[in-house]
Amino acid sequence: MSERKMVATRDAYGKVLAELGKENKDIVVLDADLSASTKTVTFAKAFPDRFFDMGVAEQDMVGTAAGLAACGKIVFASTFAVFGSGRAWDQVRVSVCYTRLNVKLAVTHAGITTGEDGASHQANEDIAIMRALPNMTVVVPADGPEAEKAVRAAVGFYGPMYIRLSRPKTPVITDGLDQEFKIGKGLLMKEGKDLTIFACGMMVAMALDAADILAKEGISARVVNLHTIKPLDKELIVRCAKETGAAITAEEHSIIGGLGGAVAEVLVENVLIPMARVGLKDVFGESGLPDELLIKYGLTTENIVKAAKEVVKKKK
Amino acid sequence: MLSDKELEAIAVKLRRHIIEMTCAAASGHPGGSLSAADIITVLYFHQLKFKPQDPSWADRDRFVMSKGHAAPVLYAALAEAGFFPVDYLKTLRRLGSSLQGHIDMLSLPGIEMSTGSLGQGLSAANGMALAGRLDKKDYRVYCLMGDGECQEGQIWEAAMTSAHYKLDSLTAIVDHNKYQIDGKVEEIKNLAPFHDKWRSFGWHVLSCDGHKIEALRDALDKAAKTKGKPTVIIADTIKGKGVSFMEQNPLDYHGKAPTADEEKKAICELCNIKEFEI
Ligand SMILES: Cc1ncc(C[n+]2csc(CCOP(=O)(O)OP(=O)(O)O)c2C)c(N)n1
Repeated sequence: MSERKMVATRDAYGKVLAELGKENKDIVVLDADLSASTKTVTFAKAFPDRFFDMGVAEQDMVGTAAGLAACGKIVFASTFAVFGSGRAWDQVRVSVCYTRLNVKLAVTHAGITTGEDGASHQANEDIAIMRALPNMTVVVPADGPEAEKAVRAAVGFYGPMYIRLSRPKTPVITDGLDQEFKIGKGLLMKEGKDLTIFACGMMVAMALDAADILAKEGISARVVNLHTIKPLDKELIVRCAKETGAAITAEEHSIIGGLGGAVAEVLVENVLIPMARVGLKDVFGESGLPDELLIKYGLTTENIVKAAKEVVKKKK
Repeated sequence: MLSDKELEAIAVKLRRHIIEMTCAAASGHPGGSLSAADIITVLYFHQLKFKPQDPSWADRDRFVMSKGHAAPVLYAALAEAGFFPVDYLKTLRRLGSSLQGHIDMLSLPGIEMSTGSLGQGLSAANGMALAGRLDKKDYRVYCLMGDGECQEGQIWEAAMTSAHYKLDSLTAIVDHNKYQIDGKVEEIKNLAPFHDKWRSFGWHVLSCDGHKIEALRDALDKAAKTKGKPTVIIADTIKGKGVSFMEQNPLDYHGKAPTADEEKKAICELCNIKEFEI
């Protein structure tokens, strides 16, 4: 596989947020004592008046964000994904989603690649609990450039949004892509006819690698980047399912309720085809290096290749 | 400006609405609505700046009803203040009504924040006060909480935020009626020393009789003049205030509507009449 540039989506977020701060005076940023890690620190330094550190108080941060948004501000609230989604879930539900206020929860350290901090810090269920909320939009950028586009798009988009970002540097794969980033529209990353691999976040890069390996074995895999988990691009999913006849999903998240769950919901109501989900199998993670954890928990290119072969075999 | 007598008369109207609305809905929370009726009266008919014909006027004062189950008293005030016809009050809790069981800002103009899950309002009020500061507006922000509600951790997270950011445009009010659902606040999980808690969190603390118009006016006035820190008014109230059988059984009437007979009895008491006529 060719050498790729490596960028952490959280770094891309910090950079673009500071740029946006200059362009749009309505942007206000909140953090809960993690600004150096979530990268909101860049905005905080550039625009100290429009940055509020809420201390270690995620529920209060989300509620404060709602109040600011109720007065017309575009609020980015950042912390680690586990705390933004889980610790403050009821606040997100009532103060942000029920009110349909313009709050963007841009959370970092999502998924198992949070690494050494261990299970308490690895959000593997956040997509599931965020996408279950009415009025919520859920975006999982595939790489640094896409994270920048997603954050820019979020500013021009009214309403609650959950933007899921990662800690480690991950391969850049959307650079030079000639398709426009649009919230709610999946991106066709690679053509193929034997199955479709639907992926999000850092797993899109692995899906592309898997497709290369599969091609050598005579299996033509289509790769779709579903950066928006909600609203899901149902039309694209159904079309790919009909055209390729088999599907797998790949996500750095539990197989329960995340991308895999969401795609399965669409398929089961529209086109019944063989399907498999690659993701965490209803377990907590543990401490380790991101790459070690990805191997131990079955989130590798090889896992995608294996799942792909199995679903293709099941095709009639 | 309305006289205290006139404000008292409005409070009676709000109480009557609360009884009639909850009776018509056959559900809802009369106890904690009645205890807050004088506070809400002084806020909506004396203190707050707003324009019913222009509910999103940028310079209006903001009121956050954190104890969202006391929706009936807020609806009664909004109706009497001219946000919608008084007649609409009887749709409380009905399918399709804007008068949701717990308040919903998207369905009713004049409501600043949706609540119902206790403990969330003060954070939102802080956000509104911060936005006012950023926008160089001089509106004030008010937030009404229950005393039981103050057992929620988020209230104290928010209390730290208000003090840390010196939000002197914010006045919080606690409807200190001493009861929650399962019993007396003191017995369920004691908040004492309640006033000292707020003080130690960096707040300017005032106490007053939450059923005396003049005392409430004074406290709100003092709060508005306080600089450099947020003020909390701990208003001593009686759950079910104005309706004897509710005052005597505050636990029964936290979340139970009066029956038709009870409605008559309550209205006779409130309006100081012997016979109830429609
Ligand atoms: C987070 C949350 N937990 C529980 C409830 C259910 N509940 C509704 S009212 C109430 C008691 C509130 O007591 P208090 O704040 O003293 O209200 P008041 O007596 O003034 O009505 C409870 C537990 C709720 N609405 N929200």
